[in-house]
Amino acid sequence: MQGSAGKDYLTIIVFGAALIWLLPMVENTYTLTILIIYGMLGLSLGLIWGFGGILCFGQGAFFGLGAYTYAIAAINFGESTVPMLLAVIIPAIFAAILGAMMFYGRLTEVYLGVITLVVTLILFKFINSTAGPQYVIGDARLGGYNGIPGFQTLNVPGDPGAYLWGDSYYYVCAVALLLVYLLVTWLLRSSFGRIALGIRENETRISLMGYDVAARKTVLFAIGAAIAGLAGALFASWGEIVTPTLFSMAQSAEIIIWCIVGGLGTRFGPILGAAGLAYMKFLLGQQSLVDNTLITGLILVLFVLFLPKGIVPALARFYRAVLGNGSPGKRKNTHRIRRATNG
Amino acid sequence: MDLSFVILVEMLYAVATLVLISAGLAVVFGMMKVINLAHGEFMMMGGYATITAVNFGVNIFVAMLIIAPIAVGLIGLLVERLVIRHLYGRLIDTMLATWGLSLLFVGLATMIFGNTTTGISTPIPGFTVGNYQVNGYNFFIIVISIMLIAGMLAVLKGTRAGLIARGTMQRSDMASALGYSPDRIYMATFFCGSALSGLAGAVLAPLVGLVPTSGVAYIAKAFITVVAGGPALIAGLISSAASFGIINQVFAFAVSPVIGDVALFVTAIVLLRLMPQGITSRFFKGKL
Repeated sequence: MQGSAGKDYLTIIVFGAALIWLLPMVENTYTLTILIIYGMLGLSLGLIWGFGGILCFGQGAFFGLGAYTYAIAAINFGESTVPMLLAVIIPAIFAAILGAMMFYGRLTEVYLGVITLVVTLILFKFINSTAGPQYVIGDARLGGYNGIPGFQTLNVPGDPGAYLWGDSYYYVCAVALLLVYLLVTWLLRSSFGRIALGIRENETRISLMGYDVAARKTVLFAIGAAIAGLAGALFASWGEIVTPTLFSMAQSAEIIIWCIVGGLGTRFGPILGAAGLAYMKFLLGQQSLVDNTLITGLILVLFVLFLPKGIVPALARFYRAVLGNGSPGKRKNTHRIRRATNG
Repeated sequence: MDLSFVILVEMLYAVATLVLISAGLAVVFGMMKVINLAHGEFMMMGGYATITAVNFGVNIFVAMLIIAPIAVGLIGLLVERLVIRHLYGRLIDTMLATWGLSLLFVGLATMIFGNTTTGISTPIPGFTVGNYQVNGYNFFIIVISIMLIAGMLAVLKGTRAGLIARGTMQRSDMASALGYSPDRIYMATFFCGSALSGLAGAVLAPLVGLVPTSGVAYIAKAFITVVAGGPALIAGLISSAASFGIINQVFAFAVSPVIGDVALFVTAIVLLRLMPQGITSRFFKGKL
């Protein structure tokens, strides 16, 4: 086990480094950066939904919360290291409170969806209505539907004058995604991750074995929110403005679509789905014949009907079918277990 | 005195609006267990159907009460045959597919009608009570939703079709053993649900500036009203619409409309935490 784990991490690092090095030759780093940030956001939902069975309809809320936390803190502190940390911690705390309320209440999947959706809407409505000058946190005005512009973007820790932008910002984001990916891989290999998978497959059984299901789900939910918050902070620093649309339903819907299209129960699927669809949207945005939303919707419907498992698992199946049974090492990958809880 | 009358009307109006926007979803979700996240877009299309018909010179009441429900019902029929039929029993997949549909309809409406606000004026003039101006159309909405509830009750309880539909939703295997086609009954029920959504959208159209994304504003409220209502279809609809509507208005009057909405959502979350199966799982048990 130990040896193969080490090999896995090494493979990820080598592949990741190769991709980080090769991709700028194909596309400019400004576009790539946003694709990477969306990839991280996709991964955050992919973790809690694909491996924990928690369908969160409001992952965008944590993304927005991270972005707003970063923006507000950056204005107040005038540098970016502490705001970055806060942008990870605050969504995680928020998710932990929300999650504890939902999971200890033993709400079923549908009600979970409703509550996360409603919380996102509350945040959206609230942030939208904060245009007045009375809504300030420290030196930062919340700005309502105009959002918050003009905050300190990412700088080298300890030196607020040394901004990280352009190519170097791309490398920062790419390495951050790689680290998050490694973290997720490690988490899923740990006993915590294994039990999370068990909860996804059969919650009653795991709880009868003596594990505190609600606590574990809450922690997983908070970890997902922390990753989404980090993606939000990176997004804020990339876009140099945060607006309430981060909290919108369309944003949350997109994250779910990325996961479905890329493939649930895989780590790479949501990243691929996010980057691929965001890139497609970027290309489609340059034409005006067909509305963008229509295509996004159509993709979601078609995938649910015809390829509900997503691209990456389908490719993996195809790959295994072509190569026969594959090497025995592949077999133990528990994340390829069919989702029994799909219905 | 005048003020309390105005507030009473506003409260009733808020409750009536919630009943109206949730009725279609109550049928589709409450009976068929299909979570239709495109419900808001069905309402949006009802609104556009009305406005288009009025622009063609049709009487506004005919457009609202007849054309819009039929048009949206037919769209619903198409959706049921093409998409939802394949997903019965797969709750989460239905949710995702209908979310896709909702985006698709928004895109479609944007392409056809453009991303601009359209609207029609209310056909009923306002009147004054003491020092206050009351919108006459509010009464129309109150009357329509009372008629809607009465109609649904009559159809579900009083007619053979309603009995068959309710029976099929409970035990579709038994219904098919008795010679009814569950497939057809599901189709018809979805048609009715969509038509109700269309009607709601049409009736509310004169009050709001309609944009292709209007549906989003309705879906969350409709959803929580139905979910909080619980298993009993009509009793649940009325009880949750009443509690949410009143709380919404109290906070809207006391603080601001935005806080009213926030209070509504917070109440919904607390309510679901306390009664995860909805209000009617604890009160009004066994009612329709």
